[in-house]
Amino acid sequence: MLTPADIETLLLTFKVASLATALMLLLGTPLAWWLARTRSGWKGIINAVVALPLVLPPTVLGFYLLVLMGPAGAVGKITTWLGLGSLPFTFAGLVIASVLYSMPFVVQPLQASFTSIGAQPLEAAATLRAGPLDTFFSIVVPLAKPGFMTGAILGFAHTVGEFGVVLMVGGNIPDKTRVVSVQIYNHVEALEYSEAHWLAGCLLVFSFSVLLVLYTVLKTQPVAHPLK
Amino acid sequence: MSFNCLKSLLLTLNLFSKSIFLTLFLVSFSAIALAETTLVAVAANFGQPMAEISGAFKKATGHSAKLSLGSSGKFVAQFESGAPFEVFLSADNEKPLKLEHAGLTVPGSRFTYAVGKLALWSATAGLVDGQGQILDKGGFKHLALADPKLAPYGAAAIEVMKNKGLLKKLQPLFVEGENIAQTHQFVRTGNAELGFLALSQIIDNGKIITGSGWIVPENLHSPILQDAVLLKTGEKNPAASALLQFLKSPEALAIIEKYGYGLPKSK
Amino acid sequence: MTRIEARFQLDYGGFKLDVDLQLPSAGITVLFGPSGCGKTTLLRCIAGLQCPPEGFLKINGSIWQNSEDGVFLPPHKRPLGYVFQEANLFPHLSVQENLHYGLKRIKQNPEPVNLEQTVELLGIGHLMGRMPERLSGGERQRVAIARALALNPDILLMDEPLAALDFKRKQEILPFLSRLHQHRAIPVLYVTHAQQEMAQLADYLVIMADGREIASGLPADTLTRLELPLAQDREAATVWPVTIVEHEADYHLTRVAFAGGTLSLPIINAAVGTPLRVQIYARDVSIALESPAATSILNVLPATITGIADDHRGQSVVKLQAGTQPLLAHITQKSARLLDLQVGMPVYVQIKGTSILN
Repeated sequence: MLTPADIETLLLTFKVASLATALMLLLGTPLAWWLARTRSGWKGIINAVVALPLVLPPTVLGFYLLVLMGPAGAVGKITTWLGLGSLPFTFAGLVIASVLYSMPFVVQPLQASFTSIGAQPLEAAATLRAGPLDTFFSIVVPLAKPGFMTGAILGFAHTVGEFGVVLMVGGNIPDKTRVVSVQIYNHVEALEYSEAHWLAGCLLVFSFSVLLVLYTVLKTQPVAHPLK
Repeated sequence: MSFNCLKSLLLTLNLFSKSIFLTLFLVSFSAIALAETTLVAVAANFGQPMAEISGAFKKATGHSAKLSLGSSGKFVAQFESGAPFEVFLSADNEKPLKLEHAGLTVPGSRFTYAVGKLALWSATAGLVDGQGQILDKGGFKHLALADPKLAPYGAAAIEVMKNKGLLKKLQPLFVEGENIAQTHQFVRTGNAELGFLALSQIIDNGKIITGSGWIVPENLHSPILQDAVLLKTGEKNPAASALLQFLKSPEALAIIEKYGYGLPKSK
Repeated sequence: MTRIEARFQLDYGGFKLDVDLQLPSAGITVLFGPSGCGKTTLLRCIAGLQCPPEGFLKINGSIWQNSEDGVFLPPHKRPLGYVFQEANLFPHLSVQENLHYGLKRIKQNPEPVNLEQTVELLGIGHLMGRMPERLSGGERQRVAIARALALNPDILLMDEPLAALDFKRKQEILPFLSRLHQHRAIPVLYVTHAQQEMAQLADYLVIMADGREIASGLPADTLTRLELPLAQDREAATVWPVTIVEHEADYHLTRVAFAGGTLSLPIINAAVGTPLRVQIYARDVSIALESPAATSILNVLPATITGIADDHRGQSVVKLQAGTQPLLAHITQKSARLLDLQVGMPVYVQIKGTSILN
């Protein structure tokens, strides 16, 4: 059965994932928009940087974050100067690490759906008196809805499942940074296989449901048509 | 000298040379037969001394040891699933015992190869005093230790704080590494101001290398016994039992001590 | 008449646009030329969808772009309507919502009559609840035109709005466009490479090639300029504005008047006084030195030769003037020699056929 401590880790995990997803949408949308529209030479570099977490071992990313966000690291110096203290072992630090780690799962679907919208509807909106921001919310957002849904779901699910980064920067603090994947790992390490099975089962069911929604329900939704 | 004498001399010489050839042949044959390789699962904290020991082992016996470093808990799960390791050097004494109860080891092969020494360490020079009074004084935000549920060094650290009556006060400052190596990273990068580590992690040639540290007296916690065991899979491999034997040799013990471990009390 | 002034220069490596246009601020101005001649780019520059480094644009007295002063009005601040080659309706909005998209964003109070009229003019009232994907190509384009017109823009820009449609759909929309400038005083810039559309719609004509304007003026004048390749073309024709003066019902004929005479045409189902356009192909015009006494051809007009050009295929293009209207005739060079045609000669033209454009 799930112990109260396990349930606590589940709740914390969903809290981290929800917050991280909201942040990723907030930051990822302008980034994806820029990537989809720009002809700048920086595009390739930024694309590569965003995609890095897809290929880097999470522990590598986690280790660099630990060093960077630590009191001696560049980011850590800034956060300390801002009076925020250093970020590792804090809930905020975990959310930030999750945002960096799961960002490609939000940016890439968004970028793809922005790209598929093309320039035509934007130009049509411009000739109908809609300014750039107005166009974005009245045309781009509704047309890119599948991209937003996919990005949000993948970003959330990936954050829930993340392990390596949390392990490195979390510090396993109950109610703050002890998320479900770490708890499962600790159960396994402590040879508490039955507890591990319960938690892992929860995670498995969750992940499967999310992917099922993604591949069945969302597929039946109207996808942005190229304008005719 | 008679002809007979000469003849017997030649005969003797002949016999002698034959025996030399035989001896040489036997020796070389046995050398080939004895140069075995054994697969060893080593608790990550003992990686460095073990690498040196396996070098010495090869020189002394001709056998070689292939080392896999990892967490003891993961190794246990892997043995249970039929991993091909023959020797297990655990970071504690519980896991080898558990394996023994499960019938996965060769009976009577379990013994303590090293005793872990606990240290309170900070990357900042002068922060940790020689008596560990900083624990009482405070003035830090994070105290790193290995997850006490998973790592004996973590459990020992808890005991130390309990004995000093500081556990309640310090508990909110805990940041737990999944293992002792990760705990070391927390402290090394300055994310945690200080932490309980294995002395072996911060020692070089018997001295603490940088920062400041306090070697925790052994009477403040129960001994951190690191046990080795011969797994069933290694029962027939002479190199496996030779390695366990070699761990008790003076040469190996010297290496173990050099890396900051205590020696097992001889029975 | 207030004019539209448009000067643009841009250079995209292989493609150059360099124009300096003075256009009338009423009626339909057709920008005519082959694909790739820069007419669409010109239209996009006028809309502000493209920002050429060198540009000056003044519409009805207000400056939309002046690169010397760094003035560039972004497209959404230009009071224009734009109809794209592909209707470009918003796929997530119904026809009604598409029509209201721009209206909602106009600062001053829009006249509701305007939209109703437009919807009626384009015959799309029954489509209001539909989504764009459930419209035919022609319906989509009519909605797109209505969407642009509903804003009551200062200028309507149309980029080959019929190019993506088949012949039948074109015929469905062309009458709407012809009627457009009879109902509204909005100047229209209409880009096309289709001669038929150009002849039917143009009140003013700009001919473009290689990113430049090569000729412009009234269609009848511009189409008959001998130095232009258009005059040599097999499809060379002139377009005359005419007015119905009389129906001869017994003969199934209608008489129309042009500046300088009348023509008999197959009967036209329209009231006396209705303005029309008549297209006269150069290949349907023949020349006689004297008024033919006995001929089956009804339309014989006195005319004066104003120019002659020979091509390399044994053909002469003769430019004439009947009344005040210019006219082209394609005849063989042999005929031209036998008749000894000279500029300034009074002759008679026989028009074998005409086509009504409205």
